[in-house]
Amino acid sequence: MENARRITEEWDLVIEGRSSLFDLKLEEVWRYRDLLLMFVKRDFVAFYKQTILGPLWFFLQPLFTTIIFTFIFGNLAGLSTDGLPQPLFYLAGITAWNYFSECITKTSTVFKDNANIFGKVYFPRLIMPLSIVTSNLVRFGVQMLLLVGMMMYYAAVGGSFSVTWAILLFPLLVLLMAMLGLGLGLIITAMTTKYRDLSFLVQFGVQLLMYITTVIYPLSAAPEKYRFWLELNPMTAIIEAFRLGLLGQGSITLTSLGYSVLFTLGTFVLGVVTFNKTERTFVDTV
Amino acid sequence: MNAAIKVENLSKAYQIGQIGTGTISRDIERWFVTKILKKDDPFLTLSEVNDRKTRSKSNVVWSLKDINFEIAQGEAVGIIGQNGAGKSTLLKLLSRVTAPTTGSISIKGRIASLLEVGTGFHPELTGRENIYLNGSILGMRKREIDRKLDEIVDFSGVERYIDTPVKRYSSGMYVRLAFAVAANLESEILIVDEVLAVGDAEFQKKCLGKLEEVGKREGRTVLFVSHNMSAVLALCAKGLLLRDGSVTFEGSVSECINRYVLGHTEISSLEQIASNEGTTSKIFGVQVNPAATIAHELGDRFDVSVSLQCSNLDEQAIIFIIHNDSGQQIVHNRISAKQLGLKETNRLFRLRLSVPPLWLSPGLYSIFFKLISLRGRTESERHVLEVRNDFDTTSRGVIDPNIEWTLEPIDAQVKVSVGGSTTAQGSMGFNGGRKQMADGVFTDSKVIS
Repeated sequence: MENARRITEEWDLVIEGRSSLFDLKLEEVWRYRDLLLMFVKRDFVAFYKQTILGPLWFFLQPLFTTIIFTFIFGNLAGLSTDGLPQPLFYLAGITAWNYFSECITKTSTVFKDNANIFGKVYFPRLIMPLSIVTSNLVRFGVQMLLLVGMMMYYAAVGGSFSVTWAILLFPLLVLLMAMLGLGLGLIITAMTTKYRDLSFLVQFGVQLLMYITTVIYPLSAAPEKYRFWLELNPMTAIIEAFRLGLLGQGSITLTSLGYSVLFTLGTFVLGVVTFNKTERTFVDTV
Repeated sequence: MNAAIKVENLSKAYQIGQIGTGTISRDIERWFVTKILKKDDPFLTLSEVNDRKTRSKSNVVWSLKDINFEIAQGEAVGIIGQNGAGKSTLLKLLSRVTAPTTGSISIKGRIASLLEVGTGFHPELTGRENIYLNGSILGMRKREIDRKLDEIVDFSGVERYIDTPVKRYSSGMYVRLAFAVAANLESEILIVDEVLAVGDAEFQKKCLGKLEEVGKREGRTVLFVSHNMSAVLALCAKGLLLRDGSVTFEGSVSECINRYVLGHTEISSLEQIASNEGTTSKIFGVQVNPAATIAHELGDRFDVSVSLQCSNLDEQAIIFIIHNDSGQQIVHNRISAKQLGLKETNRLFRLRLSVPPLWLSPGLYSIFFKLISLRGRTESERHVLEVRNDFDTTSRGVIDPNIEWTLEPIDAQVKVSVGGSTTAQGSMGFNGGRKQMADGVFTDSKVIS
């Protein structure tokens, strides 16, 4: 809405019907950073208010999932874990996957969930999905504590795993997951303002996506002919690198990781631009 | 003129009916026509007036069409119009909730809009946490809120519950807190929609007072939308009248309100005549003397006249009505045809009324007649009467009579009355109801001290 050409000394803001596709108003987003933190705080306080276990719930969900996965995929199905202790293998996959999947599912409904507030007051809309990703990041951090705790336990009892050089990739991996989840979520939310069908797809799509990502099995265990297809999924290399860094097992190549980086960047830019374009008039269609 | 807001050729189109279902093919078609063939957008071709009462073939509606106006810095402007005139759309565009279809708005200064109180309040958070959340949503920085926190809490009057989750609040407390945040926003331009309709009378008064302060004392630009005409009149100097998506009048607020109320009744009286075509009973041509467009003083006496014709005399009665601007009946005076001595049907008469001083509180009133019989009823057009009082505008009562107040020392009498004598009462004398009350209070405090 802000048209840089027309903002002279005379006017602080010019609202027009059309605007450039790449006018992302990032400056404004920065000015509203306090609001982002406020939303993150709200998410947390609202999450554990009136619960007995409070923040403990952050641990319970991955913990129980790990137990079930260990029982079903590890014991009953007997899937390989690359020689890593099964609970450790699953927990690492779940922690990383949860972050990505929460980012995508929560941001994919951002317009629908906030139609009321967006319809009444203006603030840079990008603040909302960014706050979701940040909230999830804090949650991810808390769940990482659980993973680190379990790693210390297995180190003490002599489980076979090792932290490797790839741990240096950790910040990059978190950033990639955030950007990929955000980018996809933004594209979906922008399209669901008009075509509601997509929101149904997201619900089970993300769940199915987990099975074609190397969360419950290592890439090394996949037959050679499927490996290419699995690596087309940008999350595969990210999860593999994540496990390689923390646990010492995982197969990544420069190509597979490079592909993930490019895919993520492309999705992210497309997502932000689509979101920005939709944001201007979505109130009329939602 | 130092403009704060400049609106040029602003339009907003909406698609009505089924929006956004199975429209992929239409979207592609539209994209093809506009981007490849470089033709006009078929979605926006029809430019008809937004009249919701008539059906049209087109499913595109121009909620606002080619609006142009300018608002100077420090001006308080009331935006008035019927439902569907485009007021809310205009505010939405100004507050950037949605983008215009064509045209532009240029703004100087920071803009804060209050289309709703308590946007983003979270029921689980405490009052204090919600102040921060709501304040940030409205565009305040954290340190700004830190600085204003005491003022906000103080204004809201819910200090005792400030650390209680707002879901435990009564709806009144909720609104108070929400308005308190918004009222303390620091912005050069403040846009207020009909948010004051909630909350009790006392708080409404406080809010209006705050808005007045914002506009007059702090010199901020205020845009105010309300159906409460006396609030608009009290707050704004300038008015903007919207009708069917266009600005039909721009000027002084009282002129604007007059046009609004008169224009409004033009439609309804036409409808009345149309629906009463079967009968020939009619009542029309209300005149007020002194003319209603002149502001009346509180104690003015005025004459009203109206023309009427009756088709039959069965149980026929004429009612003279005065409403205030919130629709409350102030006068409802009924007279039957028999009492009036009306014996002839199908003949035109002129009816004259002499109205004694009513001591109406300052504000806007509409004057009209009803003609009722066993067969049906018809209404005259409405006339607007503006009552003004230049000395004192604090009256909030329905009437504001000219009461004589006197104060007399009663030291000597108090002693007597404590003794139980009734002679002292008699010697005091009464001069109006208020005096008596003042006496009572005075005596009480004496006894206590």
